[in-house]
Amino acid sequence: MTLLPTREHALHLLSEMLRIRCFEDRCAELYSAGKIRGFLHLYNGEEGVAVGVMQALRPEDDIAGTYREHGHAIARGIPMRSLMAELYGKLEGCCRGRGGSMHIFDRERRFFGGNAIVGGGLPLAVGLGLGERLMGRDAIAACFFGEGAVAEGEFHESMNLASLWHLPVLFICENNQYAMGTAWSRSEAETDLIAKLCGYHMRAESVDGMDVLAVEDRARELAEYVRHQRMPAFLEARTYRFRAHSMYDPQLYRSKAEVEDWENKGPLIGLTQRLKAENLMAEEDFIRLQRMANEEVDDAVSFAEQGSLERVEELTRFTYAEQTA
Amino acid sequence: MSALPQTARAITYREALRQGLRSVLLNDPDVFLIGEDIGKYGGCFAVTKGLLEEFGEARIRDAPLSESAFVGAGIGAALAGMRPVVEIMTVNFSLLALDQILNTAATLSHMSGGQCPVPLIIRMATGAGRQVAAQHSHSLEGWYSHIPGLRIVTPATIDDAAGMLRAALEFRDPVIIFEHMNLYNVQGELSVDAASINIERAAIRRAGQDISLITYGASLYKCLTAAEQLSAQGIEAEVIDLRVLRPLDEKTFIQSVRRTRRALIVDEGWRSVGLAAEVGMRIMEQAFYDLDAPVERVCGVEVPVPYAKHMEEAALPRVEQIVTLAASMVKHVG
Repeated sequence: MTLLPTREHALHLLSEMLRIRCFEDRCAELYSAGKIRGFLHLYNGEEGVAVGVMQALRPEDDIAGTYREHGHAIARGIPMRSLMAELYGKLEGCCRGRGGSMHIFDRERRFFGGNAIVGGGLPLAVGLGLGERLMGRDAIAACFFGEGAVAEGEFHESMNLASLWHLPVLFICENNQYAMGTAWSRSEAETDLIAKLCGYHMRAESVDGMDVLAVEDRARELAEYVRHQRMPAFLEARTYRFRAHSMYDPQLYRSKAEVEDWENKGPLIGLTQRLKAENLMAEEDFIRLQRMANEEVDDAVSFAEQGSLERVEELTRFTYAEQTA
Repeated sequence: MSALPQTARAITYREALRQGLRSVLLNDPDVFLIGEDIGKYGGCFAVTKGLLEEFGEARIRDAPLSESAFVGAGIGAALAGMRPVVEIMTVNFSLLALDQILNTAATLSHMSGGQCPVPLIIRMATGAGRQVAAQHSHSLEGWYSHIPGLRIVTPATIDDAAGMLRAALEFRDPVIIFEHMNLYNVQGELSVDAASINIERAAIRRAGQDISLITYGASLYKCLTAAEQLSAQGIEAEVIDLRVLRPLDEKTFIQSVRRTRRALIVDEGWRSVGLAAEVGMRIMEQAFYDLDAPVERVCGVEVPVPYAKHMEEAALPRVEQIVTLAASMVKHVG
């Protein structure tokens, strides 16, 4: 079992996960209410991965996320107001309402998407790592992707290229066991991901993605390895998605019992029980953090509701860069 | 035409491209190259020969056969602040990277609300005429020109081969440079300073008042030859080299058509839904009442390009087709 952090840091981790959980639950409600449209993929159950990994990253590091990236974005520090306004399609959103749920960008925080093409962020992250190395900086690129991406050709190409060129990329595979509705075992001939990685001469480990402390511990060590050894590394976080794949998914491919079983092993429950058992946290702390998270989401919703729409005259703006080199 | 500098000598299109690459590598430390066999091998078409020795492995990067990954790597490096120039051996192989080119490079600037432009250059060989058959002879420039967010250029002359890369680097957009395979050995003199080359305007390569031949890439030379033959018949053709397929400089060819009142478009790409169709439609929209004859096209025949020489020739635009069609258009009385 990983060592317990200080009370302050433990509450920080809990708070971050609660913020994501509250945000996602509210998104589900807003989707049903017709406030958010398009595809919406929620991160419930996987909070420990984004929050754990982000502890290991610095502000100058680059991030490539997936289309289930609200959690990555929140844990990275993108303001909830900016995110919620984006989901509302408002001008005040981080991408002026042009990207929506699957395409969150925040250049200032070096958050390079949001990518709705499974595996599409892998080559991009390899390039971010290459760019950092060629610029002579010691930043690294962190690339989140689901286990569904492992079946893509771009996975093989990217693992090979990152390792061959000694690029500072930390790959984080969020293995939630289902690529939409296709179970991992129905998609891969070799289901041991770390065994699969043997072919790339890359340091690779698995971690319990439901244990934020364990994720943080492994992410910190691997990120430092990537930064100082200038080699890529791979972290498989075994996790589970509590909600449907998207808002259209009737979940015919898994049983309610299976979902319940995983919910009982959830990252919030796990950390809360452990902190209480160690007397690092009281019930009042949990209630207070949850209230603060809810208030932050309330504020974000109110901000998004009051936001404005981009003028239609701006439709073609930014198709090409406004500034020349 | 301006006087050639004293030192002018004939160089090949390939050498002009190499000079262009060398110049940007010397002038901008952020420029680096990625591509298959561009280093040790010296380039599939020998364009990058000698650059590895001069600039080293960090800047001249031989890539594995992973088109999607190394194009994506170019995108990521561009986002990080570098100026990558990626070579894909041929346009056919670029299809293996189409996800990165279309879904990422072309979309990021707009989708991110202007936060993430992708200043990436991609060079690739295109076109038929070397008997390499149906998987190495595509002309997909028109296809790529369909995509908003990309800039598409087709250097046909020695000057453009030398100068278009530098001009492309002035933009912060993804730019694809299509080099026709049949042009690498074409010889000519560098007549202008590469610094004066733009990638915004079409060029009038031959002036004439009777008909406009509108083309790009290697078909430019077929049109220039056809124009000489037409001249012997008393017909003076104006030859427009589009140079930039996206954004299309319609002003130049529309003005030409208004003068000549006839337009014949020559495009090696397949006829249906191709670039020639786009150019023709713009003429309809903007110069219909100036026309004295219907707009015509000479395009690639709609088959996968065959291997046998006579069949390949039959599949591509030919000078005699251009001459015959142009002459019949000029004789047409509207």
